[in-house]
Amino acid sequence: MNPYVVPGLVVVVLVTVGIGAYGLRFARTTSDFLVASRSVSPSWNAAAISGEYLSAASFLGVAGLVLRYGVDVLWYPVGFAAGYLALLLFVAAPLRRSGAFTLPDFCQVRLRSPFLRRLATVFVIFIGCLYLVPQLQGAGLTFTTVTGGSYVWGALLVGVVVTANVALGGMRAITFVQAFQYWLKLTALAVPVIFLVLQWQADDRPEVTPPAGPAFSASTTVVVQQDATLTGPDGSTRQVSAGDELSFAAGDPVPQVSTVDATFGAEWLLPGGGDGSLFATYSLILATFLGTMGLPHVLVRFYTNPDGASARRTTLVVLGLVGLFYLLPTLYGVLGRIYTPQLLMTGRTDAVVLLLPEAALGGGHLGQLLGALVTAGALAAFLSTSSGLLTSVAGVVFTDILHADRGGSVRDFRLATVLSASVPMLLSVYVSNMDVSRVVGLAFAVAASSFCPLLVLGIWWRRLTDWGAAAGILAGGGAAMGAVLLTVLGPPLTGWPAQLVNQPAAWTVPLAFLVMVVGSLATGRRVPPDIGATMLRLHAPESLRL
Amino acid sequence: MNSGDEGAGRRVRVVLSEVTRRPPRDPARADLAEQTPVGEALVKGLVRAQLALALRLSLVVLTGLGALPLLFAVAPEVGGAKLLGVNLPWMLLGVLSFPFLFGVGWAYVRWAERNEQDFTAVIRRRE
Repeated sequence: MNPYVVPGLVVVVLVTVGIGAYGLRFARTTSDFLVASRSVSPSWNAAAISGEYLSAASFLGVAGLVLRYGVDVLWYPVGFAAGYLALLLFVAAPLRRSGAFTLPDFCQVRLRSPFLRRLATVFVIFIGCLYLVPQLQGAGLTFTTVTGGSYVWGALLVGVVVTANVALGGMRAITFVQAFQYWLKLTALAVPVIFLVLQWQADDRPEVTPPAGPAFSASTTVVVQQDATLTGPDGSTRQVSAGDELSFAAGDPVPQVSTVDATFGAEWLLPGGGDGSLFATYSLILATFLGTMGLPHVLVRFYTNPDGASARRTTLVVLGLVGLFYLLPTLYGVLGRIYTPQLLMTGRTDAVVLLLPEAALGGGHLGQLLGALVTAGALAAFLSTSSGLLTSVAGVVFTDILHADRGGSVRDFRLATVLSASVPMLLSVYVSNMDVSRVVGLAFAVAASSFCPLLVLGIWWRRLTDWGAAAGILAGGGAAMGAVLLTVLGPPLTGWPAQLVNQPAAWTVPLAFLVMVVGSLATGRRVPPDIGATMLRLHAPESLRL
Repeated sequence: MNSGDEGAGRRVRVVLSEVTRRPPRDPARADLAEQTPVGEALVKGLVRAQLALALRLSLVVLTGLGALPLLFAVAPEVGGAKLLGVNLPWMLLGVLSFPFLFGVGWAYVRWAERNEQDFTAVIRRRE
């Protein structure tokens, strides 16, 4: 095992807890805990938002998907970044000016409806858990890959560190922690990639898609995971069973394994190949472009800006920081095609970022050090995203389930944190075979079909009513929720139903908008009487000080 | 203290709060705060200007990025074209889309702030 990994992980955990404890000195009131007393500067805030947003799905999952499926999945990073543009264009400044605290608060401010508030609470908790479970799972899988330890310990370790940090420091501490973790994650991918590209140059630039198909760059032993059929590049087939050890010499072609879904040759290199149909691509684009604004842990950050204009600038900086980060995972996926093709046989492509430095640079000190660096970055990814999610879910549980109003005690907030952490931690231990990156995509689809229409119509359309909004959320968000549960728990589907259920955003988002508009027009007399004052508050610049 | 002590103590100006510094009669602000038809029209104008800006820029992104899957499906030869030795789709999605998104965002922040300045100027001019 790599001797630098454990010290690296210990340093990340210690620095995280240390910054959290340092922040504790400033956290005095409940408001400090929840939104950092709204006094965080835009650059700190932007780094913190980016640090919180770049989760395991971005740090490990994108490179793994690129390694496996090629150009079609580049829509994931593009969509993850473009979500911030949609947030900037339609939501950022008015949301900050609304003065709302959480998404349920926004329902209260804009539509004065306690029922809608409860409905929003349910969705915040559902999306939060849906997003938190795969983070903890990813932590467990990384722990297994790197240290050989048990999956449960990895998931529980990250869960406990995150819970303690949120319960003790709240968001003020989290702001500094998240900002530190953005730069850690960027460094952890950017520094190794320089050495990897230099190594690729030194190896005489091996082709990414050689005409004969991918080949092993070094002698490799692969342990077969499941009974499968291997297909060689010449069409010959061979049966293997679980546990078999297969040895390949450098230069041997990589056989295709029947149980692992991956694309090869032109299908990998050119768009439209694989199972990425046009419908699935557009559904993915819609979910990621519009889903970001509905993620509870992203929104709660905007309340920490001092005013609307700074919320807008913060979002722009986030767009830049996130875009900068997403240039890197693609390179890992592409280089993984050359240096770690065995992952295409085992199917554990999510590990490409962790394994690539040692595979390409050899097992010397440089390779091991860089391997430890990317592992530390992966840990930062789990820690920061789960901290942010937990803060926002705990905030909602605190205000809406425990019915503490703004004067609630710090002890209640700690109780809310432990409550909201325990469910996903238990789930992550018992549901270990869920597909990580797919679940994250589904969380985006639910957010895009529930909170996106609520926010966009609530901010820009005077005639939205509480009944219309509730009907839209129930129809669109409910349909997306059902699709998620069917995908995760139900039987495997084929053909058109499979496409509609696995990538639901293309029909659930328009459905939510349609039902919301029609429902509001049908209940036109329920438009809040103070809508003029609300619109003024959402859109007028603070400099007028009305 | 009575009027007889006038020479003894110096007068001290007491400012109770920021609010009192605002001129008492301010027609534009009163229009806004009291929801008169003029105030409503001013706010509606601002909302419409900001929404039109946001929709125009989303249209730019929609045609710039959203049309790509369709383009690749309709004209597969575009996917095979190369830019700097890299296949065009990889270059467009993996590299160029991010500065493009940032550029659109930068333009939005600039113009949205200008809309707000125009709105503020209208209010101030009426004072």
